[in-house]
Amino acid sequence: MSAFNTSREEIAIVSFVELSPAEASQLDEIETIQTIVSRATDGAGIARDRIGFTVSGSCDMLVGRPFSWIMAMDGAGVSKPIEESHVEMDGAWALYEAWVRLQHGDIDAALIYSFGANAAEDLMQVLALQLDPYYLAPTGINAAEVAALQASAMLAAGATERQFAEVAVRAGLASSVEAALAEPYTNRPLRASDLPRFSDGAVAMVIARGDYARSVCARPAWIQSMAHIADSHSLGVRDLSKAPSLEKAARLAGVGEKPTDLVEVHAPFGPQEVLAIEALRAAGLHGTAALNPSGGTRAAQSVMVAGLAAIGRAATAIHRGEASRTVGHASSGPALQHNLIAVLEERS
Amino acid sequence: MSEATKPVVKDVTTMAAPVSLKYRARAGKDLSRFLRGMKERRIVGRVCPSCNYVYVPPRGACPTCGCPMGEERVLPETGTITTFCIVNIPFEGQKLKPPYVCASVLLDGADVALFHLVGGCDVNEVRMGMRVRAEWVDEADAELSLETIRYFVPTGEPDRPLAQIREHI
Repeated sequence: MSAFNTSREEIAIVSFVELSPAEASQLDEIETIQTIVSRATDGAGIARDRIGFTVSGSCDMLVGRPFSWIMAMDGAGVSKPIEESHVEMDGAWALYEAWVRLQHGDIDAALIYSFGANAAEDLMQVLALQLDPYYLAPTGINAAEVAALQASAMLAAGATERQFAEVAVRAGLASSVEAALAEPYTNRPLRASDLPRFSDGAVAMVIARGDYARSVCARPAWIQSMAHIADSHSLGVRDLSKAPSLEKAARLAGVGEKPTDLVEVHAPFGPQEVLAIEALRAAGLHGTAALNPSGGTRAAQSVMVAGLAAIGRAATAIHRGEASRTVGHASSGPALQHNLIAVLEERS
Repeated sequence: MSEATKPVVKDVTTMAAPVSLKYRARAGKDLSRFLRGMKERRIVGRVCPSCNYVYVPPRGACPTCGCPMGEERVLPETGTITTFCIVNIPFEGQKLKPPYVCASVLLDGADVALFHLVGGCDVNEVRMGMRVRAEWVDEADAELSLETIRYFVPTGEPDRPLAQIREHI
């Protein structure tokens, strides 16, 4: 574990809420934020005036409206000025910013929220706009095709379609491995059960320091460490059959230093889950390590939300006393380009 | 290769990369109420149950208090121009021929101004504090849109003193 990636202050996830896709699909962004933020703060007995920093993660391209995250902020109650920030990324990176902010030691708590109302008709095409704009985006390649390139590279390196099918079964997207393998290809070697099921969604989280964390949460999920690393933006210079940035982030976060009870991985496409687990094992993941017991983020996946949701679910397992050490993973960019690892622990 | 035979390569300074994306916007609960009101040629706002501010168009939460909105309130079609600008520049998609006026109109009984157009008078006559009323399109043309108000026109009443609208500018 690197000292840089370890919490210097005692910081814990003390509250986490998710909005169901059904509920999210009825609300606009302001209504969505109002709902989840009040549940994660007021609903968890956390006073708004103890929150010294608010940070959100979302992408305006999903709704196709510039600065939509600024309008959405109304739902968090912001007119009495608050200290606030935003990342145009998955909310997991907003969590990272909040975690760094809390290490200054001058505020008690930070609020993080993330929302993804997918108004685009073709989300695979919107996601492709994160590719390099000179050489890749103009080819018109979409996100599913990029994921198929990665899956092909994995097969060439020794992975099997059966492994992909097993992920689909675990996520509840196929009834059996045989049924998954019998599906026609959509983007060879990907099948429908390898693709994400996009949905609307939103999550909110509160992290807090030391005694304040203990006062608002019976079993805080202490953030032992957090690290994030990115691979090259250019697909052409990467070996797509590996996720080196994920493995490196996991090493920096010290994933292998103790046995892990539970891992929540954010893999937008099925084969990426195989890759992510391999990288975590290479970084020393051991213990009983239940994989994505929540079903993972694939069955209902909200873009910009799913990574923070994975970490939040890893925290919830500790809140409920179901696990004492968990690992949450979030990814961003094409083909698992950018990866974030959070190691969470129960402390007596 | 001598200087004379070297091919002339100009620097590439721009490239065209057109992007076209389709979206299906969702109005949400509060804006839906407002838009249905527009179709009936009524202006529907909502009141914050905590600070009693009247928002129009209504929004999903009070930005000051962060709470959901409370009761619905139908507002009169009259108001006061708090601030405005004269648009002289033509641009793509423009509906009116410049020069024309965009204004913030504080409807009577509302606490936030509604952004709209001003018509029915010379642009040079428009001023802060000027009293205006909504000019609706015909009933048959009413839509789920703010454009059901064609623009605001002067009522001819005396101006409201700036001191009365200052906190809403």
